[in-house]
Amino acid sequence: MTDQVAVNWPQIRNVGIDGLLVSFGARLNEPANRAALAFLDALERDGPEGIEESSTSLVSTYLRFDPVHMDHARLRASLEHMLTARDWYAADLPTGQRLWRIPTVFGTDLAPQLEDAAGVAGLDPDAAIRSIAETRVRVQTIGFAPGQPYLGELPEVWNIPRQTRLTDKVPAGALGLAIRQMVLFSVPTPTGWRHVGQTAFPLFRPEAEQPFVLRPGDEVLFTPVTPEDLENMKADADGGAVWEALQ
Amino acid sequence: MTTGLIVHRAGPGLTIQDRGRPGYLRFGLSRGGAADQLALAEGAALLGQSMDCAAIEMAGIGGEFEVTEDCRIALTGAPMRASMDGARLAWNASHALEAGARLSIGAVEAGCYGYLHVGGGICAPKHLGAMSVHLAAGLSQPLAAGDRLALGADPHPGVTGYRLTPVPRFDGGTVRVAPSLQTTLFPEAERARFETTAFRRDTRGNRMGVRFVNNGDGFHSEAGLSVLSEVIVPGDIQITGDGTPFVLLCECQTTGGYPRIGSVLPADLPRVAQTPAGASLGFRFVTPEEGIAAETSERRDRGDLHRRIEPLLRRAEEIRDLLSYQLVSGVTAGTDREFSEA
Repeated sequence: MTDQVAVNWPQIRNVGIDGLLVSFGARLNEPANRAALAFLDALERDGPEGIEESSTSLVSTYLRFDPVHMDHARLRASLEHMLTARDWYAADLPTGQRLWRIPTVFGTDLAPQLEDAAGVAGLDPDAAIRSIAETRVRVQTIGFAPGQPYLGELPEVWNIPRQTRLTDKVPAGALGLAIRQMVLFSVPTPTGWRHVGQTAFPLFRPEAEQPFVLRPGDEVLFTPVTPEDLENMKADADGGAVWEALQ
Repeated sequence: MTTGLIVHRAGPGLTIQDRGRPGYLRFGLSRGGAADQLALAEGAALLGQSMDCAAIEMAGIGGEFEVTEDCRIALTGAPMRASMDGARLAWNASHALEAGARLSIGAVEAGCYGYLHVGGGICAPKHLGAMSVHLAAGLSQPLAAGDRLALGADPHPGVTGYRLTPVPRFDGGTVRVAPSLQTTLFPEAERARFETTAFRRDTRGNRMGVRFVNNGDGFHSEAGLSVLSEVIVPGDIQITGDGTPFVLLCECQTTGGYPRIGSVLPADLPRVAQTPAGASLGFRFVTPEEGIAAETSERRDRGDLHRRIEPLLRRAEEIRDLLSYQLVSGVTAGTDREFSEA
């Protein structure tokens, strides 16, 4: 996919007065996603001093600095230097990834938009569930709400738009689907993503040693279970989810 | 930590707030902290204590409080009607609060967020490095009647009776906007119209962000709604599907797909947070260089807040106290020595 990468990328843009964004593409694609993660890693290892915070979104790396004490132009120049130092699109994924199997109720009252989503995709509900459950999706980024993963990529048939009207509220643990991606919601929220599955997997655990469970690069399988099974799994700290190390 | 503050009555939006918890953006958690960081700094200056002390943020309406030992309080941010055992207390001032006395704080008279500071600061368990309640993330809860809060060690017990004239920011006005990553997605004519439009603060708003509405057409970018989700920072002005601007505040989401026309300067965010529903607010673009200059000057002003503290005017019968106080403290109130950090 590297040949998709247009000549004007990567780009560096201002984020307000105290941030810079290094973007590796205009659209979500895997090399750009890996490049953003690898660039974040490099910034942490041997990036310029004075960076106060950094993060990644789908295809970009963000960094915040103190605009009063840091020279904007110099910082930008050192980022440009880092960008030319190697082919970021060829970077490997971060190490230490895990494969999670997360029990999920598809459809029913717990996830009332599975049939709607299947209909838009032109699948019958059983085929839709099979298609989602058999696809190993990867955490592309964590964002929007604490610990909340954006997961992809689903087969092309799932290239369905968001709803034009927002759903007033989906609960924590809801699995939303749109544009070949899924979001596992960490807090109750209004959303345009269709609510196709429901899990009991807590993504944000403020009291735990690891408050944020999933990491970019982790892979996930959403395993179909019945509402009764899910109810029983609520007592489990991981909502019945299990993981194994990858590689 | 034996001194405590008892909450007898709590409005619905009372939360413990400090400077927030930066550093968790990559995990999807925004910084949070006091919606009006300047009010936090003003309280710290009035009490001569660290800006890291936590205070009680009161959205719209206050509550009733009591302390178990004599202590000092300061009231800042949106002015609210406050009294101690029925006697009116000045806002933007520090006061002695005697053990057992009833502190009553009513509704805002302007602005949105008032702050109750206590000498030594509020002590609450830290989560992820801060005491701040983050409502959107479900991190801790608002205060409720019956809560008892521990207080830190007061660096200057007994030193009260000061006031500070706040920078006016409680009735809308104009805020400065820096260009941001998606500004150029909006045609120049659309940006110019944005600058000359008078907006009203909508009733929809909270610590995550506030919506502004205008008469006439909404605002539209050339990218429509197909922008890739990107990082969001407090101050970002996102233009939602119906063309209305939504200014994101301290508890905002960390990424989002609505295009953003610009980002309100950090120095002007207190004004956005404090603009009450119905008040008018305008936006004016500045260059990045002007934005950085504004931030430099804002930090200098915040560092100098303690120099702007002056004695509250006192009634004749209290002159005695004032004189004895001046003997104790040196020459004038608010000298560097007295209010330097311990």
